[in-house]
Amino acid sequence: MSEKKMVKFIIQRQDSENAAPYEETFEVPYRPNMNVISALMEIRKNPVDASGKATTPIAWDMNCLEEVCGACSMVINGKPRQSCSALVDQLEQPIRLAPMKTFPVVRDLQVDRSRMFDALKKVKAWIPIDGTYDLGPGPRMPENKRQWAYELSKCMTCGVCLEACPNVNSKSDFIGAQPLSQVRLFNAHPTGAMNKAERLEAIMGDGGLVNCGNSQNCVQSCPKGIPLTTSIAALNRDTTIQSFRRFFGSDHQ
Amino acid sequence: MASNREFFNRRLHSLLGVIPIGIFLVQHLVVNHYATVGVESFNKAANFMGNLPFRYVLETVIIYLPLLFHAIYGLYIAFTAKNNTSRFGFFRNWMFLLQRVTGVITLIFIAWHVWETRVAAAFGNEVNFQMMQDILSSPFMFGFYIVGIISAIFHFANGLWSFMVSWGITVSPRSQVIATYVTIVIFLALSYVGISTLLAFV
Ligand code: HEM
Ligand code: SF4
Ligand code: FES
Repeated sequence: MSEKKMVKFIIQRQDSENAAPYEETFEVPYRPNMNVISALMEIRKNPVDASGKATTPIAWDMNCLEEVCGACSMVINGKPRQSCSALVDQLEQPIRLAPMKTFPVVRDLQVDRSRMFDALKKVKAWIPIDGTYDLGPGPRMPENKRQWAYELSKCMTCGVCLEACPNVNSKSDFIGAQPLSQVRLFNAHPTGAMNKAERLEAIMGDGGLVNCGNSQNCVQSCPKGIPLTTSIAALNRDTTIQSFRRFFGSDHQ
Repeated sequence: MASNREFFNRRLHSLLGVIPIGIFLVQHLVVNHYATVGVESFNKAANFMGNLPFRYVLETVIIYLPLLFHAIYGLYIAFTAKNNTSRFGFFRNWMFLLQRVTGVITLIFIAWHVWETRVAAAFGNEVNFQMMQDILSSPFMFGFYIVGIISAIFHFANGLWSFMVSWGITVSPRSQVIATYVTIVIFLALSYVGISTLLAFV
């Protein structure tokens, strides 16, 4: 027990939304199977940096601790991913943590992911079934289609696909892959399909679908393995048809 | 409809890249390949193209206006990206970067190329084999032409790939992979045509 194994962390910190970021180094005693969050918790217990200087505890977000809520995303050794499923044993040391800069930093590793929820509202990523009377059961969904759509429904709005995209940045208002793929999900649903045109029109607006430049980083980075670029290409086809319908036809709703 | 302006512009940008600019590029490379046959053939072909009826109308509508739109909007698109190939070194991300880099190189090349040939022609110089031979006798200009032509061809071939995605033609991952192979073949074939033409002038 004399020589305790330590894990070194270099963490990018930021005291408030508009403050300048700075780095601090920490050393955390190694435990088998530890993940990045357990190390952050360890630092929180005793917020002293590697040189022995006392500091403030690090702020970060977390919730499910099993890679389904998306809250704990951060940039770990240069890659955006979930800190709850980032195992220290599988990471190169020193481990570098930074916030996902695509989002406004609230404090330290904590970011404001509102833009994704706003985008979901913008593209109407829901199925409107509320009425003033009982509408009865909707059309059924074929089982094979349900299985396929289930893959799209795994999105946890973690923001990794936005962080990875070269076209989602401060110079552009591109909404990114995450809300787009949800449009495909809700348009695939037999009841949701009744509002298909509305959602397509929404993603044909500014900052929408056409801002995709096909770097395909999103599909390579999505922790849930969602076929984002297939969704985007499918929506490209749907919006092409929608635009022709609107221009040449009359029944385009 | 105002909120759909971006959609329209981006789709127009994509379409113009293939029709007419892409078609013109292929046609231009193929016709100039007559240079490998001989001085006579090249001059005859250049003459034929240069003396088409309504030449100025055709040039303006098929080449200059679409190219101007594609290039200016393309510059805007290129400079709104924050390239991140160092963090995400995937094949398609590199193609994304190269599409933008070759677009800018192609723009510089085309500007110079038009200046040297069409503008010179407007001042009374004749565009013929001799003219190209003079230009390409400088090793610097020869290198510049190689880079410019390869850039334009790469940009067109890879652009064809993303065109097929942009319009929803290649949706499945498999069709996109096959499109990658097809566009690589197009890139190699057109590069052969372009380079062998250049070599005919030296
Ligand atoms: C020989 C002339 C050119 C040809 C044949 C050509 C062709 C194409 C094609 C076919 C595309 C694909 C469209 C799509 O993604 O749907 C494209 C995209 C693009 N072009 Fe060009 N282009 C030419 C010149 C230029 C120039 C001068 C620029 C200026 C910088 C430029 C910038 C771009 C950019 C940035 C894209 C990517 C658009 C995106 O991914 O959203 N191109 N081009
Ligand atoms: S699509 Fe994937 S990467 Fe993007 S927010 Fe959803 S789960 Fe995260
Ligand atoms: S805490 Fe929910 S994904 Fe990590």
